[in-house]
Amino acid sequence: MAIWLNKDSKVIVQGMTGATGMKHTKLMLGDGTNVVGGVNPRKAGTTVDFDGTEVPVFGTVKEAIEKTGANVSVIFVPEKFTKDAVVEAIDAEIALAVVITEGIAVHDTASFWAYAGKKGNKTRIIGPNCPGIITPGQSNVGIIPGDITKPGRIGLVSKSGTLTYQMMYELRDIGFSTAVGIGGDPIIGTTHIDALAAFQNDPETDLIVMIGEIGGDAEERAAAFIKENVTKPVVGYVAGFTAPEGKTMGHAGAIVSGSSGTAQAKKEALEAAGVKVGKTPTETAKLAREVLAG
Amino acid sequence: MDLFEYQARDLFAKHDVPVLAGEVIDTPEAARAITERLGGKSVVKAQVKVGGRGKAGGVKLAASADEAVARATDILGMDIKGHTVHKVMIAETAPEILEEYYVSFLLDRANRTFLSIASVEGGMEIEEVAATRPEAVAKTPIDPIDGVDEAKAREIVAAAKFPAEVADKVVNVLIKLWDTFIKSDALLVEVNPLAKVASGEVIALDGKVSLDENAEFRHPEYEELHDKDAANPLEAAAKAKGLNYVKLEGEVGIIGNGAGLVMSTLDVVAYAGEQHGGVKPANFLDIGGGASAQVMANGLEIILGDPDVKSVFVNVFGGITACDEVANGIVQALKLLEDRGENVSKPLVVRLDGNNAELGRQILTDANHPLVQRVDTMDGAADKAAELAHAAK
Repeated sequence: MAIWLNKDSKVIVQGMTGATGMKHTKLMLGDGTNVVGGVNPRKAGTTVDFDGTEVPVFGTVKEAIEKTGANVSVIFVPEKFTKDAVVEAIDAEIALAVVITEGIAVHDTASFWAYAGKKGNKTRIIGPNCPGIITPGQSNVGIIPGDITKPGRIGLVSKSGTLTYQMMYELRDIGFSTAVGIGGDPIIGTTHIDALAAFQNDPETDLIVMIGEIGGDAEERAAAFIKENVTKPVVGYVAGFTAPEGKTMGHAGAIVSGSSGTAQAKKEALEAAGVKVGKTPTETAKLAREVLAG
Repeated sequence: MDLFEYQARDLFAKHDVPVLAGEVIDTPEAARAITERLGGKSVVKAQVKVGGRGKAGGVKLAASADEAVARATDILGMDIKGHTVHKVMIAETAPEILEEYYVSFLLDRANRTFLSIASVEGGMEIEEVAATRPEAVAKTPIDPIDGVDEAKAREIVAAAKFPAEVADKVVNVLIKLWDTFIKSDALLVEVNPLAKVASGEVIALDGKVSLDENAEFRHPEYEELHDKDAANPLEAAAKAKGLNYVKLEGEVGIIGNGAGLVMSTLDVVAYAGEQHGGVKPANFLDIGGGASAQVMANGLEIILGDPDVKSVFVNVFGGITACDEVANGIVQALKLLEDRGENVSKPLVVRLDGNNAELGRQILTDANHPLVQRVDTMDGAADKAAELAHAAK
């Protein structure tokens, strides 16, 4: 069953005809993702050939949905135009919009998030600045390498892309139901809590691995949620213990200001909620194995 | 990007938030002409991006042009909480202050929206007020699409219980301040204190602004707001090459791909360092997903150019970019640097994992570079890099 994405998901790509969109559409198709179309008003009516698979290009998201029954859109358009692309996806009421683009101005994200709310939150937004979502063996939407792990019973939610890959790789022999990269920006659509709730309700997930990093208080709030609502075992990891205060470490959200948002505070909050927290990614993987082994 | 007070003042002035006159200088003598223009007296204010400068002696009144030059001489070059004062603002002296308020707009991460914070108990102790008497601080969520119009500004004024006689003036300040927040793509605009002065006017006496660097594409004016004095030379060199680099204070140079993995690498190296004389990571450097030979060479050049670095840890997880490409990148990067005549003399510990890891490792083994050691786990490689840094210290 997995969460949010499965073999029946019909995926369109906003920004498919750009260099990044082309590269990753090819990879997604290679992983078995059912990519049913691209969106680019300037190239509407054409098709793009990906190693023998002809993918049609539509003028709008709405048209793509009408003609293909698409229910997922992955967005690769450049940061200047991302807000408009997300708003278009929201207007078309697509069920899931995965925003891969990084470097989006936070006012733009705040604006499309508020817009989604005004439209009744019919569209689940993942990202921005995220690697996407993968249900191994079924569908892969975004830029997560499809071949570093296999289907299994661990659910993974992470702010960081490469740490997602690292963890999927460390636990590749056990495998994953679904892995979601939610992104590290100050404002994101889908949160740790959303993913925890979905994994809790997913009969194919036995263990949840949650990866966080410094900045904000999302991990602390996730800890409170786990305490109240999650009965499945959760193993956690937090990056950024040694990050100095006031310095931005790559992710726009990964900045520590003052005493809140530190890795130590997050670790303590998670542990207080019964989450086993690893000191390094490898130790975290080891904890996951121990929990699964009972 | 946090702005200096004088930059915040200029930004406020541009958006019609009422402020006092003031100009920034970096030599003491320049204080004379400005103070004369301001009527023979001024306030000399250290420009540092840290709070508590008043208590540290970084803000002084000057009753004459000579005194302004003397105070500027004292303050320029001063150290305030680790920040050297390179600039001072010579500001108009404030008229008699009757009351001090606080107003700000900021990003509310937790609620994924914007927030207004306002209090009639502004001034230096605002954080204390917020902590001990939260009811004295009004927090009002602001919808990013609807923004702040007059009705919303009146709602804020009512929530914070501003006195009736200043309500209209504060409403005006809030609307102008919101304009500053939106049009500048700010993460924070804060006025503290917002002062009610003897004439009845309400004036922004000090302010803090933080801008979103992701929005720089639509703000060419950001360019000149960057603080060139503060940039570490290595950070400036890395920025010029488009690298995501932060200088830290340790001895182990770090190169990795992906912000999360690199942050994690810093932690793992610091833990390993506890067993090796307390060595620490020397930097954060994320070379991103591509990790081409050219980018790797640029990264290595920055790291090897840091005299604090005693060993280098290259930690790459091959995702879309497979490890054989990364390994070729490392070998080519070293050759590129040697061909350029760079001094490549520090030991490199390389950990490759993920896609085509075996192929990548074989390439490094075959290249047999005298400075490169392969360790195949992240924790093991961090330990080796820390050990080498300690040995070379």
